[in-house]
Amino acid sequence: MIELKDVHKSFGRVEVLKGITASVQKGEVVCIIGPSGSGKSTILRCINGLESYDRGEISIEGLKVDRDAPSIVNIRTQVSMVFQRFNLFPHRTALENVIEGPLFVKKEPRAQAFERGRALLARVGLAEKADVHPPQLSGGQQQRVAIARALAMQPKAILFDEPTSALDPELVGDVLGVMRKLADEGMTMVVVTHEMGFARDVADRVLFIDGGVIVEQGPAKALLNQPQHPRTQDFLRRVLHPL
Amino acid sequence: MKGFWHDAADFFPILMNGVALTIVVTIGSLLLSTVLGLIWAMMRVSGIKALSMLSASLINVIRGIPIIVLLFYLYFVMPDLGVTLSALQAAILGLGIAYSAYQAENFRAGIEAIDKGQIEAAQSIGMGWWLTMRRVVLPQAVRIVLPPYGNVMIMMLKDSSQASTITVAELALQGKLIASSTFKNTSVFTLVALMYLTMSIPLILLVRHFEKRAGKR
Repeated sequence: MIELKDVHKSFGRVEVLKGITASVQKGEVVCIIGPSGSGKSTILRCINGLESYDRGEISIEGLKVDRDAPSIVNIRTQVSMVFQRFNLFPHRTALENVIEGPLFVKKEPRAQAFERGRALLARVGLAEKADVHPPQLSGGQQQRVAIARALAMQPKAILFDEPTSALDPELVGDVLGVMRKLADEGMTMVVVTHEMGFARDVADRVLFIDGGVIVEQGPAKALLNQPQHPRTQDFLRRVLHPL
Repeated sequence: MKGFWHDAADFFPILMNGVALTIVVTIGSLLLSTVLGLIWAMMRVSGIKALSMLSASLINVIRGIPIIVLLFYLYFVMPDLGVTLSALQAAILGLGIAYSAYQAENFRAGIEAIDKGQIEAAQSIGMGWWLTMRRVVLPQAVRIVLPPYGNVMIMMLKDSSQASTITVAELALQGKLIASSTFKNTSVFTLVALMYLTMSIPLILLVRHFEKRAGKR
């Protein structure tokens, strides 16, 4: 469903992605792990056109991702994104955040958008927070609203960019719970994360990225339990046993 | 003091005619400067280089010309080019254009103060540039822009007195006319100053209210 072929991306003189080739099948959950600055988030941002890429090709169900082409709007409505810092619209309530896309981008009828918006908030466990503005919500609640906003576009896939990194540890579980539910329901997901437990339990595949290249990839349990590449072994040792 | 109140009662009705024109000039030029300022600001942040450079140049040219020269140009030079404006039209146009440069920079600062993540979130749900501006950026920028916008309103109210230089009989000119015919300079200009102050105070309170609201965020 999502194809990346030899994708290169530089910021100035720094090459962040050095030939990424990967694919994500429909219904698959792929976690991307790796040290900070390795290019994990840049991959997600290139997939839905928030960043352009210099060489190679990214396509979603055969449609090339080109952030300057009109088709990018179509791609973004099919591949939603959940951000590390939630990026909810603070001047709109939780429900308004969720229905903003359906109402103004997809031109859904008002009553239907509201009904679906409330149902989605209920699905992420926030039915009673529909009329609350984001600053009045905890980080975990805000991230769940952001997930509901992404789902409201009825996407074929969702990209998660470190969705729990900005959360208090005690709030992480609620967000991961919602994501686990989505995975169980067959949603295609690409998740940049440091939550190795989530990756092990929920992901079908894990990609380990370092220095802008895929160092190792494979089934989640195999890669996380028995990494083959010394760099992956070193990274996982540091993450799982920091002391 | 008794003489002042006596003079005030005599001159008040005439000066009120000036107040009416002062309000017309202020509101007219405020509306025009808001619309033009918004257009210049949108051009600046459009991401289209040609529009951005054109807007930056316009803003610099407008900022570099004194208001009074702009008024003279519109009122005295434009007829030579075949465009004749009434004094009131020239005043509203001149002040509106002059202040549009400051409004534009104010609006641009407000727009650029919005977190980039907000724009990315809007893009990620398929919003285009204009929809992102209308639904996400501008509603948030308004709260940032309002306190300086209030200050512009106060400055425009006071600068509307420059319209007197092209014969608009607003408050300052009415005062000058009365003073030159009665020689009661102290009474007249004290009254004129008090009338400007009376109009400014609600605006000053409004700015304070905006600042408090912006501070609460």
